[in-house]
Amino acid sequence: MSERAAALAHQFDDLGQQHQAASLGMWVFLATEIMFFGGLFAGYAVYRSAYSRAFAESSHHLDIILGGVNTAVLLCSSLTMALAVRSAQLNRRRAIVLFLIATMVLGAVFLGVKFVEYRHKYEERLIPGPGFHLEAPQAQHAQLFFSFYFVMTGMHALHMVIGVPMLGVMGWLAFRGRFSRHYYSPVEMAGLYWHFVDIVWVFLFPMLYLIDRAG
Amino acid sequence: MSGHVVSLKTYGAVFAALMALLAITVGVAYVQLGRFNVVAALTIAVVKALIIILYFMHVRYSPRLTWIFVSAGFFWLLILLSLLSTDYISRDWLPVPAGWEDAR
Amino acid sequence: MSPASVRQNYLNIKFGAASWLLTKDHKRIAILYLISITLFFFLGGFFAVLIRLELVTPPGDLVQAETYNKLFTMHGVIMIFFFLIPSVPAVLGNFLIPMMIGARDLAFPKLNLLSWYIFTIGGLFTLTAVVNGGVDTGWTFYTPYSSTYANSHVILTAVGIFITGFSSILTGLNFIVTVHQMRAPGLTWTRLPLFVWANYATSLIMVLGTPVIAITVVLVGVERLFKVGIFDPALGGDPLLFQHLFWFYSHPAVYIMILPSMGVISEVVTCFARKRIFGYSFVAAASLAIAVIGFLVWGHHMFVSGQSPYAGMVFSFLSFLVAIPSAVKVFNWTATLYRGYVSYDAPMLYAFGFIGLFTMGGLTGLFLASLAVDVHVHDTYFVIAHFHYIMVGGAVMGYLGGIHFWWPKMTGRLYPEGWARFAALVVFIGFNLTFFPQFILGYMGMPRRYHAYPEEFQVLNVMSSAGASILAVGYLIPMIYLVWSLRYGRIADSNPWHATGLEWQTPSPPPTDNFEDTPVVSEEAYAYPSRDREVHVV
Repeated sequence: MSERAAALAHQFDDLGQQHQAASLGMWVFLATEIMFFGGLFAGYAVYRSAYSRAFAESSHHLDIILGGVNTAVLLCSSLTMALAVRSAQLNRRRAIVLFLIATMVLGAVFLGVKFVEYRHKYEERLIPGPGFHLEAPQAQHAQLFFSFYFVMTGMHALHMVIGVPMLGVMGWLAFRGRFSRHYYSPVEMAGLYWHFVDIVWVFLFPMLYLIDRAG
Repeated sequence: MSGHVVSLKTYGAVFAALMALLAITVGVAYVQLGRFNVVAALTIAVVKALIIILYFMHVRYSPRLTWIFVSAGFFWLLILLSLLSTDYISRDWLPVPAGWEDAR
Repeated sequence: MSPASVRQNYLNIKFGAASWLLTKDHKRIAILYLISITLFFFLGGFFAVLIRLELVTPPGDLVQAETYNKLFTMHGVIMIFFFLIPSVPAVLGNFLIPMMIGARDLAFPKLNLLSWYIFTIGGLFTLTAVVNGGVDTGWTFYTPYSSTYANSHVILTAVGIFITGFSSILTGLNFIVTVHQMRAPGLTWTRLPLFVWANYATSLIMVLGTPVIAITVVLVGVERLFKVGIFDPALGGDPLLFQHLFWFYSHPAVYIMILPSMGVISEVVTCFARKRIFGYSFVAAASLAIAVIGFLVWGHHMFVSGQSPYAGMVFSFLSFLVAIPSAVKVFNWTATLYRGYVSYDAPMLYAFGFIGLFTMGGLTGLFLASLAVDVHVHDTYFVIAHFHYIMVGGAVMGYLGGIHFWWPKMTGRLYPEGWARFAALVVFIGFNLTFFPQFILGYMGMPRRYHAYPEEFQVLNVMSSAGASILAVGYLIPMIYLVWSLRYGRIADSNPWHATGLEWQTPSPPPTDNFEDTPVVSEEAYAYPSRDREVHVV
């Protein structure tokens, strides 16, 4: 009972109001993220429709297996994240921690694969800038594709780099017994963030990796 | 304050659906559908996003206000994309003066 | 009631820098913002002074062209991002919204404090750019100049704007959740003060628009830093894509700047006409309509940019539509005044100024929204006059009116009314002398952003610069008497204006938790006694 009182911030009347406020606040933040990534998608859409050949050819330089594996990894991490929140709802302290760790591990795997992909691009001299080199008639339009590829996946990766430690903090707090079925909104809010980052990748993968693969 | 607890069965079903849709996305990409490849890819992505939002993010069990906030975010992105496209779609509807074709 | 000097309130409950810099009290955070934006206002004003000094004579003889480019860029960047956008929401909104809805604080007090720190850090980045030589791209940062060719501190300024954008987003987020979740019992949406409606609508814009400019400046920064082409025509990039993304935010941004001031006017007009607002639901709906339609019109900044003329037609039509809710508000304020019991205290003088000058600014917006007229006046002083009528004649006057109206509540002191009315008059006269000639100059063809101009434009330019010096005096006078009043002003009681609204039901200055007990609301907003009924009784 006093645990409940300790979790209640002074500006709220009860935990229910506090939880609703946290949830609405997180969704407002996610709406800002939709617009943030949305600007990138808008720019990408403009150039892709203008330079479809160059974009298709550039897309074939991306490794569809690594991309597909990464998508599967993130989808798994969404499952483990949802299960972590569920464990909090059911008062299972150890389960929260284990599922959060699983989510973090999967997130780290994703980042590792991304690093490998980026290194490949570096070796193939496909990093946009003065060092860019591609034997193709529309090389400058290909460079546009790769500019967007790096900015979009880089921004996405940055969100994961922020997300993984955040989950670590949640895991630590869970380990210390801070959450119960009466108060678990931080875990749930972290989950909302994580699922959102997953959704961004769900759109990035087909848009970037799967252009004109039918040959 | 406990919210609705989603069953393991539901989560399992959603996860299976997501993996299946991933396989379909990759598979369809290798089928020549012309302009519909993009439509197919986007549709599948939207479906995946929807089930993540409804089930993993609990929106299915959330108050109506939450639904409104979620929809507003995507709706605003649609505003950006659609009005932006009015320019790019109609850029070459007007004839270009002679000698200026390269400017396009 | 015990004397103000003895009674505990949010100002005297704790002293010391730490109690201010680590506060979670929305009222103290509002004061922190007040100090910051006032400093930025005078810095932005300083650049305006230099601009008007240069323009007294036709040749560019005060500063070089490159320097002049930096002057108008810094003036725009500072005034827009570091003064106008935060002004009413971060100062008056932060202070008043919890009080107006009967809450102890905003939904997320720590995020509120964070938003001020983010604002300050972003401001420091931009100040660093100023001190190191400034930016010369214009506040609009058009590519490929800003992304490829400019030699000035584009990235530093862009980072400053990027960071400050998050301050805006956090404020908007806080307001939205607060208004949804923390209204007092009995306070339905249809009983909310219109100031709350206006700030709610503004918050929608802040939250949905700001992220787009954030990603846009990121792309410009990436293009500059890594020499990649995103907006670079040499690489097949489209400079217009930058303009689309930039204006997608920056047009709604002007509604961020005007809507909250409109909210102030609704509060001031009802109080000083002692009358209910005419058409409450229309005014509330108009705020939302402005917020939504405001997102659909950005292409009117690009009529002559190379954008498709068909897109231009769409944007022109939508721009005519967005004028309608603004007009509704002006009609309703005017109808509120009709047969009201009007008094002319300083806040009301500012409100009158707002209504007239905003109307002129808004009507000239219709000139600009017409494709054919815009071809003639785009990039001339006509545009500059148009937006200054709205931003300075409208937004700034609304802000000053609000500061005066709620000054007793925030500080527990009354400002000297005589000086305040005098200053309001000086501001009004100075403003019109500064900016009306600019309509004529623009129509006659004087381009904007030029430090030199043909001889025949000199008379009007001298008038404009003379007006600017009067306007500057008009802004300095309140600075002096407001600070003076903190020590020597008459003590104010809880409701010196006898206004309706929950914020007036609590002492001036308020206690930290705003209310002793959570108020219960049973009346509509602006429940001023009806005059007809009074006459009837007699």
